Parts: sequence; C-alpha cells; structure tokens
Amino acid sequence: MNEHTVKRFEDELSELKAKVLAMGGLVEKATKRSMNSLIKQDAKRAHKVIERDHAINALEIEIDEMTRTMLALRQPAASDLRFVMTTIKVVTDLERMGDLAEDIAENMLKTGDHPLTQISSLQSLSDLVLDQLKEALDAFAKGDLDEAMTCIENDKKVDEKFKSIQREYLTYMMEDPRQISAGLIATNIARDLERIADHAVNVAEMVIYMVKGHEVRHVDHETAAALVNGTLQDET
Amino acid sequence: MNSETVENTLTIRDLKLWYGDFEALHGINLDIQKGKVTAFIGPSGCGKSTFLRTLNRMNDRIPSCRIEGKIMLNGQDIYDPSVDVVQLRSYVGMVFQKPNPFPKSIYENIAYAPRIHGMVKDGPEMDELVESALRRASIWDEVKDKLQQPGTALSGGQQQRLCIARTIAVKPKVILMDEPCSALDPIATAKIEELMDELKEEYTIVIVTHNMQQAARVSDYTAYFYLGDLIEYADTHTIFTAPANQKTEDYITGRFG
Repeated sequence: MNEHTVKRFEDELSELKAKVLAMGGLVEKATKRSMNSLIKQDAKRAHKVIERDHAINALEIEIDEMTRTMLALRQPAASDLRFVMTTIKVVTDLERMGDLAEDIAENMLKTGDHPLTQISSLQSLSDLVLDQLKEALDAFAKGDLDEAMTCIENDKKVDEKFKSIQREYLTYMMEDPRQISAGLIATNIARDLERIADHAVNVAEMVIYMVKGHEVRHVDHETAAALVNGTLQDET
Repeated sequence: MNSETVENTLTIRDLKLWYGDFEALHGINLDIQKGKVTAFIGPSGCGKSTFLRTLNRMNDRIPSCRIEGKIMLNGQDIYDPSVDVVQLRSYVGMVFQKPNPFPKSIYENIAYAPRIHGMVKDGPEMDELVESALRRASIWDEVKDKLQQPGTALSGGQQQRLCIARTIAVKPKVILMDEPCSALDPIATAKIEELMDELKEEYTIVIVTHNMQQAARVSDYTAYFYLGDLIEYADTHTIFTAPANQKTEDYITGRFG
C-alpha cells in the first residue's frame, strides 16, 4: 500500500501497531511465565507475572490515548479507520488476557506447599492456547486472513481440551477428596487458559474486519469462511 | 442501492466530454437517485466539476467543449435539440463555490427568476414565494426585516443561503452544488449542511466537494472520480469504511500522490 501524503500520520499508524504488538508480546510472555511457574513450581516466576501486569495495563491506557488523539485529529477513513477501530477492540482483549495470566499466577501461588501434580494436560492446553495467541498476533501484524482463520478454527481444539480437563480433575476429586482444593485450582487455571483463547479469537475476528471490512463476530465458521474468501457478501 | 423503490432522477450513460482534443470524461455511467444527496469527490482535475456542469448544460457556454452520450432527467434527454436550456436550468439549479448574489435587494434576488419565468405576478403572491424560498433556505429570520437591503451586504454564509433560496424559488427538481462551503467558516458550513439535509426531502442534491469529511457527513451516495473516470460509486458508508477499489482507498485515506 502507498504511504500517506502526511508523513506524521504514517508514523503514528506504525507506532500504534508497534505498541499493540509490544503489548501482545508482554501478554504472551506473562502467559508463558505463569505456566512455567506452575510447571517448575517456581513462586518467583508467579510473583513476576503479577508485578509486571501493570506494564500491560499501562500500554492499554497509552494505546487508548493514541487512538483517541488519532480519531480527533486525523479522522481516519476506510482501511485506516478499520485499523484504528480494530486496535481499540484488540487492546481490551489483550488487557483481559494479561489479567487472566495474572490469575493463573495467583492460582499457582495458592497451591503453596502442595504443588499440583498431573499437570501434563494443563501443559498441552497452554501449548494450544499459546499457539492460538501467536496466530492472532501474527494475523494482526501481517493482516493475514489465513492465520486469523486458523486461530478461529483452532478454538474447537481448545474447547475440547478444556472439557476433557474438567472431566479429568473431576475424576481425581471424586476418587480422593483430599484432591479437591488442588483440583479446583487446576480447573480454574484451565478456565483461565480457555478464556485467553477466546480473547485470541476475538482478536482474529477483528483482524478479518480490519482486512476485509466484513463483520465475522457471532457468525458460524462456514459463514465467516465464505465472507473471507469472497463467496458471500455481508449486508452491512 | 438494492431497494426496488429506487427512483433515479438523473441517468447518465456513456458520457464523454472533450475540451478541444482533450478528452476530460471517458464514458461515465451513473444513476442519481431522487431525494438523496450524492457527492462527487476526487483530486483537482479529475473531471468532477466538469461532470457536474454537464448536468445542467453549463458547459454549453464553452465553445471548444463537445459531448457524447446521454443524460436523462426524469426520462428526457437534456441534450435533445428541442430542450429549452433556460427551462432546463430552472429544473436543475446550481449553487457555486463563491456566493454570487445579484447586486440587487435581497427581495429582488429571489423574485427575479420567478418573474422572468412568468411563474407568479408581483404583489402578494410574489411576497409569499420570496418568503417561502427564504424560509426553506433557513435565512428568513435573519433577513425578514431588511428585504430591501442589497444581498451583497450579507455575510458570506448568508449570501450562500440567499443563493440557495434563489435556486429554490424557481422550484427545481435537482440542485447542483459546486464546492458550496469552501469560502465559508465552520458555522456557516454547518448551516448549509443542515440545510442540505432538510432540502433533500424535496430535491435531489448533487454536491462536488474537496472536503471529504463533508462528503461523508452530508451525502447518501459518493462517487469517486479520477482522471476523467468514475472509479467507484457506492453508498457513502461503504466508500468511507470499506471501499472496493484500491484507488478509492488511497484517496480516502490520504495515500494519494
């Protein structure tokens, strides 16, 4: 795409994108670190996630301020408007993901002297979720529709995995009531991960809006795919 | 544009226009809907004003200008030799970039054209027509006590509304506006924009503007012109949020040239 005649505007848009991606990077890191704290039973890592959440929150405020200024001063239109709107929505999702990563860390700290055992299924869930997050952020960075669709598609796997984890821990808790508090913590963490994945899907859906101008939120996957590959026109 | 109730006031087919050897419009096809505001946008020299001026044959006055194609106003070809151009221009009125009231009283500015068209006689009937035109142009309250003062003594924004009232007075079907706000301050501009919103209930409005935010605010449909071609024509919402054509996109987002 050609550059804007107004160079400052071009710079502002690049800066905005860089900030969103930096925020996404922090969220990825927080999620990984909170899971590592669980896997390696390392409370220090969990504390670090909690301490550093403010950096994610600060970026949310900073990006909001940037988009507000841009709307007031530049009146972006067409693809620029869609990019700025996407940014506004994506930042809210990223901030929520940051909070969920923090919640994982807090849950880890609750385990105290009785660390969670049998966390391999949580680990594989977090692998899926981190992949999905990466797909969402890559899709945003490159405006890549395929990546966005993959991210949305992969949510099914996460949902299935989440359900199976719930069943798994329910079984442990029924077998041995001493496992109940650990089981609750584990299912809380699984839910946090599942919700991070949902926010990643939101990001991917906004990327589709950003690139194509089509609204794919709250439509089934087939309709979304048809809108993306152009076999269907939406009525908005 | 998918509703069946659509009624087109102007239908333009394969319109080409030359100034001497220079082809300024390369075959324009466009339907302008009744009771809507249609905006023409595009960089300087793209042909949008030239095109606007073909709609009431203002280009006839330029000797080197030649056109091909058809412009139908309510089904009648406006370039048909039998068409009375003076009559045509009362159906398709025009408001220009710089307010150009006649050097006459405010009253006479409005009464002049209806009188020469023989629409009404001087007297109470004419008074009524002058008042109604000034009212519809939202300027009555500001001028009702000074109707005999010269129109040129008004402020720029008032003069422009006076010119709109003058256009309305001959009961046109279509009002063409060529950059009607470019010489006005933001408040006067807002008044004209508000007026356009009211006028479209009765008239079809076509506006040429360089101010894209204005096109976005006032129009229902937007046409983007570039180098004598109509690049994209769609509802204004689509043009400003998700245009189909990359050239439109570049222009709308300021990535042009």
